[in-house]
Amino acid sequence: MSYVSSEPGITPVFRPNSAAYRWRLLASTIGWSLMALMFGLLAMTLVAIIAFVIIRGGANISWATFTQTTQSYHGLINAIEGSVLVTFGALLIAAPVGIVTGIFLSEYQYLKTARLFSFLCDVLIGVPSIVLGMFGYIAMVNYLGWQFSLLAGCITLAAMIVPYIARTSEMALLQVPGNIREAAYALGAGDRTVIFRVVLVSCVPQILNGVLYAAAISMGETAPLIYTAGWSNYSWNGHFFHEPVGYLTYVIWSFISEPSAAAHQLAYVAAFLTTLIALLINLFARSTLRRKNAPH
Amino acid sequence: MKRNTWFRWGVTACASIIPLVLLAIVIFLLIDSWPAMRFNGWHFLVSNQWNLGNEYGDLVTVNGQQVPPGADYGIGFLIVGTLSSAFIALLLALPVSVAASAFLAEMVPKRLQNTASLMVELLAGVPSVVFGLWGLIVLVPFMNHYIYPGLTHVLGDIPFFQPPTGAGYGLLTSSVVLAVMIAPLITSTVRGAIENVPMVQREAGLALGATRFEVLVKTVIPGVRRVIIGAGILALGRALGETMAVLMVSGNALGYLPHNIYSPISTMASFIVSQLDSALQDASGMAEHALAEIALILFAITLIVNVAARGLLWLARD
Repeated sequence: MSYVSSEPGITPVFRPNSAAYRWRLLASTIGWSLMALMFGLLAMTLVAIIAFVIIRGGANISWATFTQTTQSYHGLINAIEGSVLVTFGALLIAAPVGIVTGIFLSEYQYLKTARLFSFLCDVLIGVPSIVLGMFGYIAMVNYLGWQFSLLAGCITLAAMIVPYIARTSEMALLQVPGNIREAAYALGAGDRTVIFRVVLVSCVPQILNGVLYAAAISMGETAPLIYTAGWSNYSWNGHFFHEPVGYLTYVIWSFISEPSAAAHQLAYVAAFLTTLIALLINLFARSTLRRKNAPH
Repeated sequence: MKRNTWFRWGVTACASIIPLVLLAIVIFLLIDSWPAMRFNGWHFLVSNQWNLGNEYGDLVTVNGQQVPPGADYGIGFLIVGTLSSAFIALLLALPVSVAASAFLAEMVPKRLQNTASLMVELLAGVPSVVFGLWGLIVLVPFMNHYIYPGLTHVLGDIPFFQPPTGAGYGLLTSSVVLAVMIAPLITSTVRGAIENVPMVQREAGLALGATRFEVLVKTVIPGVRRVIIGAGILALGRALGETMAVLMVSGNALGYLPHNIYSPISTMASFIVSQLDSALQDASGMAEHALAEIALILFAITLIVNVAARGLLWLARD
C-alpha cells in the first residue's frame, strides 16, 4: 500500500516523512504555539493586574482603612460603607424584580411578549452604564429633585442589573426539565404552584449565582454613581435623599489624580479591595455553578 | 381554561419594568437634550468645538435658547475618538481571543480546562476603574517607553504611525485597555461555540489526512464564524460605551481630532464624566443639556450595534 499518488498533477495529501508533510506539521506546531501564546497573553494580563493591586494596595491596608474616613486621607470607611449600601440597596430592588421577570421570560416563553422582553433585556444589558447614569441624573437628581443621593444611586444601579438578573434567572429556570412541570400540571397544580413549589426550588443556587454576579457588577461600577450618588468624604448620615454618599470606585478614579502620596495610597487600597471583592464573588459563584450559563 | 390568570398578569406586570426602563431612558434623554438639539442643530455631530461660552457674560438668545455668549458645542472629535478606539480595540482583541478560545477548547486537557478558562474569564470580572488604574500606572509608561518608540521605529513611514508620540496617553493605549477588557467576552462565547462543533466534523477532517491544526483552521473556525462576528460586534458595543478605563488613559482631548495613533482622544462616554464638573458651573444649563445629547447619541449607537450583534448570534444559533 502506497500513499503516493501515481496520477500526475495530484499532490498526495498524506505522505509520512515527505518534505511537504513535515512542513505541514511544522506549520501546525507554530500555529498551536501562537494560540498558546495568545492565551498566555490574556492569562498574564490577569496575573499582572492582580499582582499590581496586591503589591500597590494590599501592602498599604491598615486598621485605619476600616476606621477613618477619606476626609483625613487615612481610611476608607465612608467609601466602604457607601459601596456596601449602594450595592445592597440596588440588589434589594433588582433581585425580586429580576427574578420574577426571569420567571416570566422562561415560564411564559411561548408568549411573543416574553420573547420580546427577553430581547429587550439584552438590549438593556448593552446600554452603556454612563447612559444609565445620565438618565438617573436627569430623572432623579434633577427632575424628582433628590439631588445626589443614596436612593438615586441605588435605583440607577438596580436598573442596570435587573436585566442581568432576569436573564440569568431565565437561563437557570430553562435548565429545569419540562417534564417536571408537566408532572406538576398533571397533578392539577396551577401556574403559581408549579413555578414556586416545583420549578423555582430546583434551581435556587443558579438564580442566586446570577444575583451574586450582579452584586459584583454593581460593586465595581463607577460612572453611573458619579452622576447619581455624587461623592462624600463623610460617613452616611441615614438620609436617602439630598445627601451624596461615597463609594470605593470613586476613590480609585479621583484620588489617584490628587497630588499627595496619601491620596494615591488610598486609591491603591480601594483598588485592592474592589478587585478582591469582585474576584472573590466571581470565584465563589463559579465554585457552586457547574455549568456556565451567564449571558453577556 | 382559567389557571391563576391573576398570577400571570402579576408576573407580566413585573416583567414590564424592562421595556418601561428603556422607554424612560429614551424619554428623559430626549426631553433633557431637546434644548441642546435646538441650539446645536446638525452641526453638533461634525464640529470640533466644546466651548461653554463666557460664564460671566449676560445670556444671549440663539436659536430660541438662552446661552452664555460664545457657547458652541460640537462632538465630531468625540465620535471619531469613540469609534476609532473601539474599532482598534476590536482589531486587537479579535485575533487574540479567537486564538485563545480555540486553544482552550481544543488543546487544553479536559481536567485543566476549567482552571485555564478561569484565567481568562476572571479578567471580565475586574472592575473597569481598576483597568483604568492599571492602565494609568503601568500601561501608559510602558507604552510610552517601549511600545511607542518601537512602533515609530518600525512603522514610522506609514501615516498615523508617525511621531510625535506624546506621553503615552492616547488612542492606542485606550484601545489596548479596551482590548483587554473585551477579549474575555469574545473568548468565552467563541469557546462555547467551538466546543459545540460536532466531533464528527473534526473526525472527518482528520480522516482526510489533515492535521488537528488544519482541521481547526479550515473547518472548525469557519464553521463558527457567525458566532465570532456576533461576539465581536457585541464586544464592540461594550467598547463603545466603556467609560472609566478610557477616561483614565485617553488623555482627554478637548476639541481636536487625533492626528496619529498615539494622540490623545476623548470618547463620548468618558467625556460625559470628565465634563460633569464644568457643566454644573454653566448657569444656563446648556452644557448639561449638551451632555445629555451626547448620552442620547451614544445610546442610539450602542443600540444599533447591540441589535445587530444579537441578530447575528440568534441566526448562528439555528
